[in-house]
Amino acid sequence: MNNEQYFSISSNALLLAFILLLIAIVPFGFATKSRHTVSWKSALALTWIAFILQIIYFVCRWKAVGHAPVSNMYEFMTFFGIMLIGAVLLISYLYKQWSIGFFALPIALIVLGYGSVFTNKAAPLIPSLQSNWLAVHVITVAASSAVLSVAFVTGLMYLLKTATTKTRSTKWLELVLFNLIVVVGFILISTLCHLFFSPQTVEFINKGGQTTVATYTLPIIISNDTEVGIIKLTTSINAKKLNTIVWSFLVGIVLYLIIRYTTRKTLCEILKPFTLRMDLRLLDEISHRAILIGFPLFSLGGLFFAMIWAQIAWGRYWGWDPKEVWALITWLFYAALLHLRLTKEWEGERTAWLAIIGFGLIVFNQVFVNLVIAGLHSYA
Amino acid sequence: MEKIICTCKHVNPVGTKLCEKCGRPLTTEEQEKSVVDMRYDGIAIRSKTHNKSIVDKIWNFFSSVKVGIALIIITLIAASIGTIFPQEFYVNVATEAEKAAYYKDIYGTIGSLYYNLGLSDLYSSWWFQIIVGMLGVSIIVASIDRGIPLHRSLKNQRVKRHASFMKRQRVITEGQPSEQADKTLDLIEQQMKQLKYKVRREDNALFAEKGRFARYGPYINHLGLIIFLGAVMLRLVPGFYVDESMWLREGETRAIDGMDGYFLHNDKFILETYDNDPQGEQLRQGVNVVAKNYQTNVTLYKQKEGAIAGQTSDLEEVKSYEIRVNHPLKHEDYSIFQMDYRLNELKVMHFDLQNKASEKSLGAISIDLTDPEKEYIIDDQTKVELALYLPDFSGFKDGVPQTASPFPNNPAFIFRMFTPETPEGETSFVSIGQPAMEPLGNNQYKMKFASVETRNMSGLTIRKDKTIPILFVGGIIFMLGVVIGSYWNHRRLWVEQLEDGTIRLAAHTNKNWFGMKKDLNALTTHAHLPQYVDQVEEEQEQKEKEGDNTL
Repeated sequence: MNNEQYFSISSNALLLAFILLLIAIVPFGFATKSRHTVSWKSALALTWIAFILQIIYFVCRWKAVGHAPVSNMYEFMTFFGIMLIGAVLLISYLYKQWSIGFFALPIALIVLGYGSVFTNKAAPLIPSLQSNWLAVHVITVAASSAVLSVAFVTGLMYLLKTATTKTRSTKWLELVLFNLIVVVGFILISTLCHLFFSPQTVEFINKGGQTTVATYTLPIIISNDTEVGIIKLTTSINAKKLNTIVWSFLVGIVLYLIIRYTTRKTLCEILKPFTLRMDLRLLDEISHRAILIGFPLFSLGGLFFAMIWAQIAWGRYWGWDPKEVWALITWLFYAALLHLRLTKEWEGERTAWLAIIGFGLIVFNQVFVNLVIAGLHSYA
Repeated sequence: MEKIICTCKHVNPVGTKLCEKCGRPLTTEEQEKSVVDMRYDGIAIRSKTHNKSIVDKIWNFFSSVKVGIALIIITLIAASIGTIFPQEFYVNVATEAEKAAYYKDIYGTIGSLYYNLGLSDLYSSWWFQIIVGMLGVSIIVASIDRGIPLHRSLKNQRVKRHASFMKRQRVITEGQPSEQADKTLDLIEQQMKQLKYKVRREDNALFAEKGRFARYGPYINHLGLIIFLGAVMLRLVPGFYVDESMWLREGETRAIDGMDGYFLHNDKFILETYDNDPQGEQLRQGVNVVAKNYQTNVTLYKQKEGAIAGQTSDLEEVKSYEIRVNHPLKHEDYSIFQMDYRLNELKVMHFDLQNKASEKSLGAISIDLTDPEKEYIIDDQTKVELALYLPDFSGFKDGVPQTASPFPNNPAFIFRMFTPETPEGETSFVSIGQPAMEPLGNNQYKMKFASVETRNMSGLTIRKDKTIPILFVGGIIFMLGVVIGSYWNHRRLWVEQLEDGTIRLAAHTNKNWFGMKKDLNALTTHAHLPQYVDQVEEEQEQKEKEGDNTL
């Protein structure tokens, strides 16, 4: 087989896996309520097949592109999603709790969907990335982030289960869920525009006085140019990125309102029944255990391996690059969480919130730091 | 110093909560609890007992876990502020004024404020380093404060514990065994040994223990962190850390900065690019070529013993190497990294000495731009003098030509041409892209530019970091500590058989009660013991029945 064939196998396997995971949510939903083994067994079977397909994606793509397929945003996010499915399977089997999948699968799908918005073309590796440490470093980071994300999912379930109407905590929880909807909005509008909208370009004079061309893949609401769009911005703000954010929120809000008005329930109220059969203490325990697995793994991949590679490639193991700093921040945060839990008896609701914030930090570092803050890790 | 004397006559230090020998609760607080606090086995902790002198107060401050967590959070927030705008070392300007202007121009008033507050160089600021230093002190003090007494207490554990200690453990049993009451302790010993516990017996009491080292996990990982932080500080000690950089032209041999007695020769610099079609982000950013390889082929030389510093005549070849990104040249403690490059630096310029009218050439000269000669002799009567050489011509100041740098970026020359026809010499000012100037009147001859040779330059970084092995040791110890503390647990079992055959049993584990109970289930069956109770769980269930929290 040649590289192109491998490439098409890998893409098709990934797409099929995505569809299977989407379908698997339904039996997982039944499994959270009924005691019939058929529902959770079929849900697990679908998840397993999807996971195997994703592994096929990974291996074939590696073969096709000639290096570990974790070198741009598409590849990283996809691998993160795969690891998330793996982590969910692992934790589910460790605790024999099948309803975690119902909440974790949508999160994994959002991660995969987010990755798919970026180009799936393989770019050749720049010299600093040509190293075996690329695979070692990124794979351990993705695995640890995935396990820590399970703590986020169980934390979310814990809070949903304890949610009561009109408390402050419940409102914040609704906001967390709304943010997930906004990401779905981003994926939807980006995919739709990719299919049905031809990109527009805007020319404007940037701060340095040079003429810059911005290619908008979404319809223009905001731009740096007077001629196009509804709102014109000064050049100190990147209008293209803001345009995307505005679109994501618009679509997110529409989706949210549709859900609210068709079901006449808040997201918390819709999701709470799916947590009824879970034991609170067990959810807390799973959350804690996931962090105990994820934290050392993150120390290893996100800091230790990262430092070794930085020493080899750039001649210094630490350079206060934004990505490095945010990895340190994430690590410090989970260290603080563990101290609070182990010595200050923070449990249940409080650590559940901390697990959610921790996930926020991971996402911030993988997405925001790459796309917004300029640094050595700015790719895709 | 006051002491607490327990009913069992053991003398305990002040602050002890559970008698070191028999385990009796010594404070009213512990006596009132149904389950005692076993985190530090009820030992006296210095920070909880001394609070008089200033040293005590400082010690207590740093030993507090609350303070430690606060320091972690402060470090975390401070570090995040440093990523709002790029730090100064990522900004490519030299002077303070340029930096100030950069932040103002690019980020406006907020950028200016950011720079003026020193946030643009946050990580080397005194206050950030003090915070990290305090965090380090907190790790050390908190570990010593609890670790040493805990170690003492774990080392001196007695087999027999008092009933008041046993009853206040989380998992307990008391009752008659259903069978073989005379052999119960033997059966327990047998079972616990099979479960890989260490068993000790004394009279009618038994003590079984497993995985004590798990209690040291937190102290081990803190030790690793301290070693790591220590190694980072060691960089400041001379001899541990070298960080130099140098530009090396192709064909050039130069002494290596920071690496005494060594010379490096640049054989060739190679830049390779991918010949792909630009796509994705590459296209969007307008980058047409992606670099594939940056490489400098070098030869490393060493001066012979006893040679004069800087002397290049007597060099021994050490090795040849192709330095690439991710593949530094390593020799002894030093590594040389490929960091930068400059292509097509002017090396040699060729000129023709020509008659302006007939364009007849009298001969050619070649000027080495990094090492020009004073005069170039063509024959007896014909020569060219290089009156002035400006490697990086930047214009005139008060009628005098200026050079911006010693690098041949824009060379300019003042030639004096001597020919049989013009034995007094003619002066000509030649620079790139401009017609020659003839300040002393019309010349008969001119220097006609013929061709140029260029060469590449490699930017190399020389580093020695003797702290790296220590960092490695610290990192590995940290990982070991975390794993030991997270995945192993310390399980203990105290048993006493009373005279009437009643078994009194208490169990403790620092975590994973599920695993402990599995061991106890096996034991209960094997030794025919009554069912144990979990006092904490009972209490929780009681609470849950009272309060109802549904949507």
